Amino acid sequence: MLDAEEVRTFVQGTVHFFETATGHPATVGSPYLCIDKAAVVQDYAGVIGISGNREGKVYFTAPRGMLSVMLMCMNETDTGEQNVRDLVGEVANTISGNARRDFGRNFIISTPTICDRANAATAAATTGRSFIIPINWRSYSANVVVCLQ
Amino acid sequence: MSAVPKPREQLRMMIVDDSNVMRRRIERSQQNERLEVVGTAVNGLDAVTKFKQLMPDVMTLDLTMPEMDGIECVEHVLKIKSDVLILVVSALADKATAVEAIEKGANGFLCKPFTDDQLNEALAELIGE
Repeated sequence: MLDAEEVRTFVQGTVHFFETATGHPATVGSPYLCIDKAAVVQDYAGVIGISGNREGKVYFTAPRGMLSVMLMCMNETDTGEQNVRDLVGEVANTISGNARRDFGRNFIISTPTICDRANAATAAATTGRSFIIPINWRSYSANVVVCLQ
Repeated sequence: MSAVPKPREQLRMMIVDDSNVMRRRIERSQQNERLEVVGTAVNGLDAVTKFKQLMPDVMTLDLTMPEMDGIECVEHVLKIKSDVLILVVSALADKATAVEAIEKGANGFLCKPFTDDQLNEALAELIGE
């Protein structure tokens, strides 16, 4: 189970990602505990499996429009399906990888698995309770979901 | 009479990352006139195969990749070309990982996410500018 300090690691990592990668800051809402994780999965989710000193998943889920605009802000002209899926995984990978600054090198992250609404249950398949970190960026809303034992 | 300045050597660069968005971002953002991107690879195994054909002078290298990770890739490419300059570009932000990459033979470490300026500064430092 995460404590407040650990949740802050992911909040700070998320804020840092948007500010640095897109040049546009994100605001983060109050993290909350969630039981129905499938309900927070949006158009796409990048899912990172966690092993080592912690077990669980971290995922970033966002609407397609937001991912397209993020690509544009990164000066990417190709906002097609492949790059949208790629980006959602890269965001999840970066937020999870950055968390090793606090969790240490035995916080082992997998390569991303990409899910969409059709297989949202895969993304949501975690045991235990999850913290949802709501993200507001420009006119969009997304979520970082952290479920760690 | 003043000496004619020696032209600076052009360097061939390879980009290795499993993310297409990241490969394109690095290629688009790097603005060093000495660097020419000659190839990209999607994981460590692909990188080693293409490295033998392209023999780049400079490499940007992700760490978390399928098939073969970046640390193992460093060991392989250094056996092929010991003076290749390697900039690890990774989200893994713990000091131990950066130290391990440098100890294995990488020459620099840039943490994701990064700005264009941070990328170009890291590449300039890598090639000694």
